[in-house]
Amino acid sequence: MNPLIPFFVAVPLAGAFLTMILGRFIPHLNKSLATIILLFLTFISFWSLFTTGETVSVYKVGGWEAVNSVPIGIYLVLDGFSALLLCVISCIGLMSVVYSISYMARYSSENYFYALFCLMVAGMNGVVLSGDIFNIFVFLEISTISSYALVAFGVEKNELEATLKYQVLGAIASFLILFAIGFIYWKAKTLNIADIRTAFSEGHDARYYLLVQILLLSGFGLKAAMIPFHAWLPDAHSSAPSPISAMLSGVLIKAIGIYVIIRLFFNMFEITEGMAIVITTLGTLSMVVGVFLAIGQWDIKRLLAYHSISQMGYVVMSVGIGMLLIARGLRSEVAALAISGGIFHLLNHAAFKGLLFLNAGAIEYSIGTRDLREMGGLAKSMPVTSATSFAASLAISGIPPFNGFFSKLIIIVAAVMGHFYFLAAMAAIVSIITLASFMKFQRYAFYNKEQGELKSDIKEVPVPMLASMIILAVICLLLSVLAIPGVRETILSPATDILMDQMKYSSHITGM
Amino acid sequence: MIVYLLCFILFLTGLYGVITRRNLIKIAISLSIMEFSSFLFLALIGYVDGGVVPIVDMADPVKTYVDPLPQALVLTAIVIGLATTAMLMAVIIRIYRKYGTFDIREINKLRG
Repeated sequence: MNPLIPFFVAVPLAGAFLTMILGRFIPHLNKSLATIILLFLTFISFWSLFTTGETVSVYKVGGWEAVNSVPIGIYLVLDGFSALLLCVISCIGLMSVVYSISYMARYSSENYFYALFCLMVAGMNGVVLSGDIFNIFVFLEISTISSYALVAFGVEKNELEATLKYQVLGAIASFLILFAIGFIYWKAKTLNIADIRTAFSEGHDARYYLLVQILLLSGFGLKAAMIPFHAWLPDAHSSAPSPISAMLSGVLIKAIGIYVIIRLFFNMFEITEGMAIVITTLGTLSMVVGVFLAIGQWDIKRLLAYHSISQMGYVVMSVGIGMLLIARGLRSEVAALAISGGIFHLLNHAAFKGLLFLNAGAIEYSIGTRDLREMGGLAKSMPVTSATSFAASLAISGIPPFNGFFSKLIIIVAAVMGHFYFLAAMAAIVSIITLASFMKFQRYAFYNKEQGELKSDIKEVPVPMLASMIILAVICLLLSVLAIPGVRETILSPATDILMDQMKYSSHITGM
Repeated sequence: MIVYLLCFILFLTGLYGVITRRNLIKIAISLSIMEFSSFLFLALIGYVDGGVVPIVDMADPVKTYVDPLPQALVLTAIVIGLATTAMLMAVIIRIYRKYGTFDIREINKLRG
């Protein structure tokens, strides 16, 4: 039993209110409070990760115990998988806040920025911890509404247009999710994920079940920007201030999109072969189409945003391969390998995509443009930005010894072992195209022109921005350690087990 | 059954409006229509024919009650919907100040 579960939501929520109330009277309170909160969250999330292991802790909000072993209260559930996501949220969040201390000094109304940031973190932590489907919806709306505001933070033409698009599509996704919740409640008469599992396992109409699954998949697919639903992502992620782009691309689409899809389709629904095929296809499409859309981009942040779609495709594809193997009832060790590869890639993507967006922000901070054709020769004047972005580019293209190589290797090996040769080949080809695209980024941004063609007064960015970029680059290297068998068992296996073991999650929570 | 169909038709009306209207305010109204169709659906789920307000009366314990949980859900969802609509209207007003128009065809600096 983990006593810290409510703090994950309560502390950032309280921080948002305190920033709004006291921030205007006390100078610098907003920055320091946000940093302290994220530092605290990082500590408790890592503590939770190392203490959780195979256990599942449940916190019943308000102390409402189950009646006749039917859960009636709001449950917050912490298991191996959600502990990993909490670590990602607070780590990338901490780095973004440290980076914002310098970066956001150019903007006015910093109080609102830090308050919205804390609110977004609270919402994401809530989504990851929530044990019932309606609270997933509530926390998801908290985090998306604050992200709408944060995308529009510059209030210029581009930002407003991007946030309008994001809001209209996000609202439609929310209604789809709300409809699905209604349909689930209609038949199952409960909202608790574990209880819905038991209610549906006693017998259900297959077509009704399929309707609910499709509604949920399209709703959360829109939030996660899977390929047919991706139109808002490149605009929203490239228009936001850079630390927010790092949060959106690095964390938000995972916590409220991919995480919820994986959680619901493994722990709430029974895995069916049809749904597994749909999810694998969506993942493969995102992976391939995303990278082809990325290759023609000249705006750095749009390029990175399209690569987010493509890299999320890897995660969804490998989880889909795991689902397919489970549905066919064969080779569960390969399924476990595929799922752990997917989760590993999710962690890695948070690290290197967060870093790349921070690099893009540093370039924009120094030379004031995001167009690759207008830059060049920055390697001399901005050595740290250049070095860290080189590390991140190697990581995302899958070059050893960086983390991206190992997760892609695990995914490809799992695909080959499961006899999905076509998918394995696609994964390898997409990785090569990613490498080409990032070579273009490196060449045009840092090496292309002779020194002196640009203005000579380009300076390296301030220390807080440098610090967060360097730490993220080190994290990119350190995450490779998770590929070593002994370490993988302690960190990734609890997450994989809770997804693989069909009844474990629900039996832990309902106590049956 | 007919009420559920009407509710679905309301949802489609909103969706049609979002897709075809050019005016940003009308898009916001259409989104509200979609939103209210989903609230209506949630409220309909909890309805029991001949049910009364779910307050237990000890003197007459055999009454049928309507399900109170969907009503609680609808209340929460309405509050969230209010926040979303307010946010959307704020953005639309800002857009009007920058672009000087509500026409969505004029607002095309970004291409997806």
